[in-house]
Amino acid sequence: MARIVHSGTRVRDRRQLLGLKQADVARAAGISPAYLNLIEHNRRAPGQALLVRLAEALQADPQALADGRESTLAGALRNAAAAGPDRAVAPETGRIEEFILRFPGWAARLAWGEAGRAEQGRLIARLSDRLAQDPQLSASLHEILSAVTGLRATGEILAGAQDMPADLAVRFLSNLGADARRVAGAAQALVTWLDTPPEGAGAVSPQEEAAAWLSARGFHLADLEAGGDPDALVARSADLTTDASRAAALQIARRYRADAQALPMQRLADALGGDAQRDALRIAGALGLPPGLVFRRLAAMPSDRATYGIATCDASGALTFRRPLPGFAMPQFASACPLWPLYDAMLRSGVPVTADLAVAGPVPLRFRAWAVAETHWPQGYDRPGVSEAAMLIAPATGPAGGAERVVGAFCRVCTAADCPARREPAIGVATGAVDAF
Amino acid sequence: MAGRILLIEDEANIAMALDFILTRDGWTVSTHDEGTGAIAAIRRSRPDVLVLDVMLPGRSGYDILSDIRAATDLHDLPVLVLSAAGQGRAREAAERAGASRFLTKPFANADVLALVRELARP
Repeated sequence: MARIVHSGTRVRDRRQLLGLKQADVARAAGISPAYLNLIEHNRRAPGQALLVRLAEALQADPQALADGRESTLAGALRNAAAAGPDRAVAPETGRIEEFILRFPGWAARLAWGEAGRAEQGRLIARLSDRLAQDPQLSASLHEILSAVTGLRATGEILAGAQDMPADLAVRFLSNLGADARRVAGAAQALVTWLDTPPEGAGAVSPQEEAAAWLSARGFHLADLEAGGDPDALVARSADLTTDASRAAALQIARRYRADAQALPMQRLADALGGDAQRDALRIAGALGLPPGLVFRRLAAMPSDRATYGIATCDASGALTFRRPLPGFAMPQFASACPLWPLYDAMLRSGVPVTADLAVAGPVPLRFRAWAVAETHWPQGYDRPGVSEAAMLIAPATGPAGGAERVVGAFCRVCTAADCPARREPAIGVATGAVDAF
Repeated sequence: MAGRILLIEDEANIAMALDFILTRDGWTVSTHDEGTGAIAAIRRSRPDVLVLDVMLPGRSGYDILSDIRAATDLHDLPVLVLSAAGQGRAREAAERAGASRFLTKPFANADVLALVRELARP
């Protein structure tokens, strides 16, 4: 907790640091040495005008000499002293202000280290909480253990009871199959959980926290739609807890505002007309705007007006932005399904791609996808270009055509059989596809 | 020797497997699949050994166990607690609640039989 430090103490520390005599400073400030002595022992409080004169005499900022809470720097150093090991030679906490005055560079470096240590401590605590208290993790593990218990008990019975009546054996075999499916489902849920950023305070990286910040606002930033300032929006967002996460959110917010200026929501709504799921490329064509911009704006519409999801990736294929839809999961850390049209678009920059998709699962869900890649040369055409692909998705309407492309979120949770693009087996699903590579 | 076993377990497949191995071992097995009504089920079946799961719909196995130890007519009933929660705090909680023996899931059928036989000894 910050302490109150009196100006007299600061005047004395500063004078002693400069090696000046009371008489010299008093003369320069237009007061008697006796009066300066009273000030330095905090028996008299200097007025503002005198404080300014003392600051001039001491070559200091008047604010730095004024009464008040100790500086953030001093607070950080006090925290560092308190957090350190209990040694025989303790830090001289009574001389923190002097230390700052004498060694401002070392003090700042020490405070920086203390801030990093504290942030790491908070991060570890959040990760620990996530593992210990997350109900989904607990439920997944319990489900797996329960199903494995059934598998083991039933398997032992079947292995040791050759004379079992046939009808009973069939029931146990049926139980075996049911428990095997439970294990597979629970393991997939667990893998998905591990690959999903925790909600709210559970976010652990700046990008996760910025994504959670945008998600908490429904991917629609009303302030910026109304011409608000991205910096101000980010600055007053209490759910962004670190400088790094604020920087990540600011990058999102600035692009959002630029997009909103280029295509105001009302103009987009007019282009959509009464059809909340109109073809995205036709809209872009009608507006005469780049498809990528239109995709981002459609994905920023309030969810009560339209339902679009979006994923963007850079040239390496890494996802850089996600707005998933129910039934269309997007991996946080793993590489996404290589069959997404997003990657088709990246192969043919500037050429729009349209595809009907079916997400693999017990009941395949159908989506319509539009994708396009664009390349920019922010450092000039003689320097490397920066490519970005965007894929917009929306739930499919109308009957299935039968020619949908079967995709997933990522291989470990995808149940698509005989997928030619599979990189690794799905959790709990037998497949020979990997062996073929 | 064999006697009566009451199995309180909400996982149907586990209950069926335990019912089978205990019956094959000569025990008379009755089952109950939820936390609510567990004490009444115990009083009805008067088991020699109770096999009790921890996570049950309605009431936890720990609460049921505490009630058993507090009841004058049930307090000395041997209870084998089954838990998927591991060996640490779950075992301590079971011991505090009055478990006679504790077994973590997934268990071997032979371990269940061995512990039930041990608990049924006079």
